[in-house]
Amino acid sequence: MKKLVNDPADVVVESLRGVAKAHPQLLRVDLDNRIVYRADAPVRGKVGLLSGGGSGHEPLHSGFVGRGMLDAACAGEVFTSPVPDQMLEATRNLDGGVGVLHIVKNYTGDVMNFDMAAELAAEEAGLEVTSVVIDDDVAVQDSLYTAGRRGVGATLLVEKLAGAAAEEGRDLAGVADVARRVNANARSMGMALTSCTVPAKGSPTFDLPETEIEVGIGIHGEPGRRRVPVAPAREIAEMLVAPVLTDLDFTTGDGVLALVNGMGATPLLELYLMYGEVAALLEKAGVTVVRSLVGPFVTSLDMAGCSVTLLRLDDELVRLWDAPVVTPGLRWGA
Amino acid sequence: MGDEQIDAAALQSWLRAFARSVAEHKATLTALDAEIGDADHGANMDRGMTAVVAELDATEPGTTPAALLKKAGMTLVRTVGGASGPLYGTLFLRMAPAAGTADSVDAGTFAKALGAGVEGVVARGKAELEDKTMIDALTPAVEALEAGLAAGDSLQEALRAASAAADAGRDATIPLVARKGRASYLGERSIGHQDPGATSAALLVAAAASTLGVVVGG
Repeated sequence: MKKLVNDPADVVVESLRGVAKAHPQLLRVDLDNRIVYRADAPVRGKVGLLSGGGSGHEPLHSGFVGRGMLDAACAGEVFTSPVPDQMLEATRNLDGGVGVLHIVKNYTGDVMNFDMAAELAAEEAGLEVTSVVIDDDVAVQDSLYTAGRRGVGATLLVEKLAGAAAEEGRDLAGVADVARRVNANARSMGMALTSCTVPAKGSPTFDLPETEIEVGIGIHGEPGRRRVPVAPAREIAEMLVAPVLTDLDFTTGDGVLALVNGMGATPLLELYLMYGEVAALLEKAGVTVVRSLVGPFVTSLDMAGCSVTLLRLDDELVRLWDAPVVTPGLRWGA
Repeated sequence: MGDEQIDAAALQSWLRAFARSVAEHKATLTALDAEIGDADHGANMDRGMTAVVAELDATEPGTTPAALLKKAGMTLVRTVGGASGPLYGTLFLRMAPAAGTADSVDAGTFAKALGAGVEGVVARGKAELEDKTMIDALTPAVEALEAGLAAGDSLQEALRAASAAADAGRDATIPLVARKGRASYLGERSIGHQDPGATSAALLVAAAASTLGVVVGG
């Protein structure tokens, strides 16, 4: 394993130390509790937004802390949920007096730890917390017989759009409603060209031969839906777009937001090439793209590959997407 | 029969025995988790129980069983992370109120407390029997403990039966399809693998059988 680390055990804290040094105008970092706050938190009279999860998905979540998105993010160990103490501490410190929204990716550990934190926040601190669980990954069958769909690319969209709603002064119920609406109207599908290597383990999580790709992967090196021979980008785009379009009708509504997301090790050259293929497929399917985003946003360490997320938009969501945002990971309009 | 008292010192013995057992089986738990999960169950549980033992070492004399259980639960929630932290933490946190405020509890109260803890795990994880989770070991164990005590068995006899029931429940997870947690993403591919959570849960019950209600000279 070749990585830019010192002791693999210190990778999360040492990275957060770098985040703090790099963005002193935007962020304040509590290294002991592994919490990244926007510099002016708590913002009085504004609904607070908290997210968090295992590390290794950067810029998610710490890179999306700042005006117009999250008020704080809790970092767990690599691919391991943070613990309720962190979330409770962050919830207390970002509460602006009008309630806090927890944005939780649908993984068993994340959901349980955030549940406990929300209970503690209500019981011990008397804080009003609403939780929204993100589950947009069509690769997982959503049934009583699984832990449900995973939260992937839509998480970033929820953080941006709910963040803009909070910035506008919407109340907790209103901000939570935007978050749920975004999740309900978003679908994602991802693929891997290579596995990822967790620093503490030092070797790839799964073996993927040079001649094969894994379709329907998550963001923790979990297995995908199926393994297929390497194919041209045009065909891979089809493998990702088809199941998304099958799952939800994207031809209704006021057009879509299309996100082509890099898994960590795939260059923008290839991601834009993929975006071109995805856009062509959408046009052929009668889906109108009105907003787009291309880049590594919800990553899986050094995995190569990409995911496609589509969000069905309405006028309000377009306006919230265009609203100013000032974070390390997304910045426009300010 | 079943009128033995369990005090804070006895609970300490139970938790310390569980910690030793987790440390001994750390590699096994992680290997089972690598097959159908994310290969960290042994390491996470060992980290958590090591922290619990450190808390036990710092416990003031006169601590009640309820306070001890609460401390163990909070420590696990704080240190384990993932899904096991909230689940094992909830088990002990929900046992605490059922143990009341006394300096010791009788066998029936202990069984009720353990039952309340397991109910808490069910509520937290929303798992049912045969979902291939720790519930598959814990629920039969509580049933066997209660049945034994109701039949007039000693606490020790009832706990041995509970431990046997937990082991059988653990083994019965092997042919099941996982319906909760990360293993559920595998669907049918989870068949043939023993559930790591049920495995550590069986160790917890075995640790109780080896430490609680053991007669040490009246």
